[in-house]
Amino acid sequence: MEISVKINGEEHRQEVEPRTLLVHFLRDQIGLTGTNIGCDTSSCGACTVHVNGESVKSCTMFAVQADGEEVLTIEGLASNGELHPMQEAFRQCHALQCGYCTPGMVMASVSLIQENPNPTEAEVREGLEGNLCRCTGYHNIVKAVMEVAK
Amino acid sequence: MIPAAFEYIRADSADAALAALAEHGDEAKLLAGGHSLIPLMRFRLARPEVIVDVGRVDDLKYINDAGDHLAIGALTRHSDVETSDLVKAEAPLLSAATSYVGDPQVRHRGTIGGSVAHGDPASDIPSVLLAFRATLIAQGPGGTREIPVDDFFQGFLETDLAPDEILTEIRLPKAAGAGWSFQKFNRRAQDWAIVGVSALVQNGTAGIGLVNMDSTPVRAAAAEAAVASGASPAEAAESAAIGCEPTSDLNASVEYRQHLARVLTRRALEEATA
Ligand SMILES: Cc1cc2nc3c(=O)[nH]c(=O)nc-3n(C[C@H](O)[C@H](O)[C@H](O)COP(=O)(O)OP(=O)(O)OC[C@H]3O[C@@H](n4cnc5c(N)ncnc54)[C@H](O)[C@@H]3O)c2cc1C
Ligand code: FES
Ligand code: FES
Repeated sequence: MEISVKINGEEHRQEVEPRTLLVHFLRDQIGLTGTNIGCDTSSCGACTVHVNGESVKSCTMFAVQADGEEVLTIEGLASNGELHPMQEAFRQCHALQCGYCTPGMVMASVSLIQENPNPTEAEVREGLEGNLCRCTGYHNIVKAVMEVAK
Repeated sequence: MIPAAFEYIRADSADAALAALAEHGDEAKLLAGGHSLIPLMRFRLARPEVIVDVGRVDDLKYINDAGDHLAIGALTRHSDVETSDLVKAEAPLLSAATSYVGDPQVRHRGTIGGSVAHGDPASDIPSVLLAFRATLIAQGPGGTREIPVDDFFQGFLETDLAPDEILTEIRLPKAAGAGWSFQKFNRRAQDWAIVGVSALVQNGTAGIGLVNMDSTPVRAAAAEAAVASGASPAEAAESAAIGCEPTSDLNASVEYRQHLARVLTRRALEEATA
């Protein structure tokens, strides 16, 4: 089936198998490998992207469901060579160690701040419950998100 | 993991979905938010030959004040239920329970109708509907019918819906001023409930729905009867697990689930009557 998806502002028209998951479409067909796959159970959030401005797990969505929609991946977050404030805050606060969870964590955090621009620390922790990090203990991730919220 | 191949049909109306179901019969499955179905398909526990995607049926996405009840379209996403001012005002138990469903990403895709139609005893939303004595509206080739929630859940992942029917609406009787509480016990953020309890108390009667206490979502009927005959929350909660047949799994034994049902029902009734 042919689908047309706007990815990071650019229109892509491609043939996909209906069973192709959005994350595989992004990584294997479009070549955007910033979005990671960390599990088989829709639990880890490493694959988080935005569809029409909201965080979703791209491993739990078929590419055909994104037909006609706008997708934003970690590659599309920076503009004109400037890191997005959330990326900058992750960098400044050392909110990553191995970095595997980071693309999904940043995308989930941006969505969280868009929905709740003034979160409490508890709201940030709850808002990121769909994203697992095996390295940092979350402390600096929460700090980075609070930094952007300020 | 990658699901088995299927034919994909996008329905842009309930009628188009019904026509596709009529044509493909048992081979077809509806896809709403996909957050129960796609995980099953990835493990190949489900391998439908035809997927009828109703995710864009905008006519079934609404939350309306219908006088004596709230009418919620089946395709309304969890995130829209959770943040609705109308739901917060008229059915705060539903907004609270919805805010515990999975995580924000799950709630951006999953729908209330999918949560109910899936018939999963571990799902939070059916317990709310049981507490409210909700009514479900289904549309099929022969027209529309109303199903009391007590008749809806028939077995593990089995409901009263026929394969050629669509769940279109959920009706919650208004309960302004009722006491309520949602209690969910799990060990890690984002997890499904090991046991959960929804309680709605008004005029000395209680609706109590249980999560994960049987092969279907069930009411704590004995505890409800105890409340009606004047028992205190602590007394009524003693009978919360009577008649339930929970399973034992990695998370909890049967006895532990029964214990949790009693403790959480007591907390729920105490909070709802405080
Ligand atoms: C990581 C993760 C964590 C989760 N945690 C929780 C949790 O804590 N609590 C909880 O309650 N849920 C949880 N869920 C499930 C989530 O709430 C799903 O959204 C919900 O169970 C199914 O809704 P859906 O719209 O995604 O349905 P789908 O997956 O699209 O469909 C589910 C089933 O219902 C059928 N169906 C869907 N809509 C209709 C309709 N209108 N008429 C007839 N049949 C229909 C489909 O054919 C399918 O068989 C979680 C899911 C994930 C992935
Ligand atoms: S890859 Fe783990 S949630 Fe998508
Ligand atoms: S930095 Fe390693 S998983 Fe988060």
